[in-house]
Amino acid sequence: MTSPPPPRRTFADREDLLGAVMLGPALAYVILLVGVPFAFAIALGFSNATAGSLSFGWVGLSNYVAILGDPIFLRALRNSVVVTVGSQVLVVVLATAAAQVFRATFRGKRFARFVLLLPWAVPVSLAAIAWTWIFDSTFSVINWTLKAAGLLHGWLYWLGDPALALLAIIIVQAWRIFPFATVIVLAGLSSIPQEIVEAAIVDGAGFWRRLFRVELPLLLPVVAVAVLFGVVYTATDLGVVYILTGGGPANTTHVLPTLAFQRGILGADLGQGAAIAVFLLPFLIVVAIGMLRLAHRTEVGGAR
Amino acid sequence: MAGIEIRSLRKHFGDLHAVDGVDLSIRDGEFLVLLGSSGSGKTTLLRMIAGLERPTSGEIHIGDQRVDGDVPPRARGIAMVFQSYALYPHRTVFQNIAFPLEASRTPRKQIEEKVRWAADMFSITRYLDRYPRQLSGGERQRVALCRALVRDPKVFLLDEPLANLDAKLRNTARDDLKRFQRQIQTTTVYVTHDQVEAMGLGDRIVVMERGKVRQIGTPQEVYEDPVDTFVATFVGQPPMNLLDTGDPSLPPRTLTGFRPEHFLPKSVFGAAEDLRTFRFAVRRVEYLGSDRYVYGSVAGSGAPAADATIIAKLPATIALAIPEGETHEFAVPRRALRYFDLDTGLRRKT
Repeated sequence: MTSPPPPRRTFADREDLLGAVMLGPALAYVILLVGVPFAFAIALGFSNATAGSLSFGWVGLSNYVAILGDPIFLRALRNSVVVTVGSQVLVVVLATAAAQVFRATFRGKRFARFVLLLPWAVPVSLAAIAWTWIFDSTFSVINWTLKAAGLLHGWLYWLGDPALALLAIIIVQAWRIFPFATVIVLAGLSSIPQEIVEAAIVDGAGFWRRLFRVELPLLLPVVAVAVLFGVVYTATDLGVVYILTGGGPANTTHVLPTLAFQRGILGADLGQGAAIAVFLLPFLIVVAIGMLRLAHRTEVGGAR
Repeated sequence: MAGIEIRSLRKHFGDLHAVDGVDLSIRDGEFLVLLGSSGSGKTTLLRMIAGLERPTSGEIHIGDQRVDGDVPPRARGIAMVFQSYALYPHRTVFQNIAFPLEASRTPRKQIEEKVRWAADMFSITRYLDRYPRQLSGGERQRVALCRALVRDPKVFLLDEPLANLDAKLRNTARDDLKRFQRQIQTTTVYVTHDQVEAMGLGDRIVVMERGKVRQIGTPQEVYEDPVDTFVATFVGQPPMNLLDTGDPSLPPRTLTGFRPEHFLPKSVFGAAEDLRTFRFAVRRVEYLGSDRYVYGSVAGSGAPAADATIIAKLPATIALAIPEGETHEFAVPRRALRYFDLDTGLRRKT
């Protein structure tokens, strides 16, 4: 009589090895498609590489010195900050308001929610082209509507005037991020225990007191995450500005990504383009860390 | 200070009649307990008094004000304690207790005084700077009571405030609560599914089932004179024994009921006691320290209910050995017998 062979440890039992093998593809993907280009971009920022040749020479910080002395770059930097902050403020207000609306039950809520999500689903370039028509110097529906309502007497050249063009960019960026933020805030609202809201009602708090003293503080971690996403999406977006204004009129509405594209790809100065592109990175990292700490701190509930 | 009058109150959620025609008169300063299992409508009734739920029809009066229409919760002079306590997690204990006062625009100095007074009353003064999550369940419960107290409400509404405490704490919390209510003498409506809480706390108990009031009475009345078989089996642990004895001296289709603690070996009763004796076939004896539960069935009764398990509850003071699997002579004093109609379940006076 032969006893069955003792069970051997198979590959599937070896969790250490199995884990490494299963994570491998994802890791390779991130390293090859995100890590390498990223490191490459940082290296390019310190070089004099151009798009037309294979020559590559280290030039130290001279690309950074050059862009910091360039008024167009400084303007683009300022625009990036204005657009990012402006659109996010708009997004937070709109998303909080919209979340309140969507929390109520009303006829056609499902349809309204579907419509709400459309801006998020539409490709950026397609949406931006629609917006160029909305802001068109001759056919702008905004202008014609305001005129018909008797609110506008002159004429607004949305994409021709630097200040209005920047406002237009802020509006489009906010429009693009706002559905996503609404969904996040809505999820946050539904995670607030119903009894806490009811306790506030019984305690005599009206709508505004409930919103500002109970709901918003409890939503803070969730809103911080939404804003973090919004900041990253807006600060790194090329498409909206590129299609709406192309950086014009006269380079006044460039943001860092469009300027980097213009200098590095169209202008063939890869070194300077890379320097512009990675310029915001340290700031974005600081913003991200700050936001995540804020989210974490409120989650733990302000333990001092 | 105010009583509450409720007249033919109904709340329908679609086809579900959560509260199905309740009339209730709560006296000023009374501690009233709404007792029922989940789905009995007790919480919905409380929420309608609070104004968190709008009645389908009927009237609610708090004091001399009719509130069932558009009177919002904040204008009803009520304070409510929730099962989860519903403390604001981002506010300190002080800020939690101060919240209703801030909402009523009380001056800062007065808020400070009032919060300290309330915190003193529940001895949580040293936790005022902490956040709710840094407190134990019992401490949170007291913070919730403080927050309700500072409003100077005419009526306290408590929704299972002890349900989230562990068994040991629950006893002391119950005692604290009762003492506190006696001290401030504010009308209190207390919802619970726990009959021990209901018996221990209530001046009167309202037993509810499927949206209807089955019985209103003092704990003693509800326990000793249940109006029907539902109340008889719902209140009391273990429940009242019910059996159809087929006794010819009783009208047909009558259930005889008696509490397990009245069902004892015949030998422990004095000779003068008027007894109804049963042949009790003992199946199992459960030793519980202070009591013994004896499970078995009563032999010699013909009706279907006779096969039902009958329970005797013997205090530890009765040391008599009860061997399992044998039949013993047990008895109930006749004064402890209750009779019910087998068909309607209603109490029958015999």
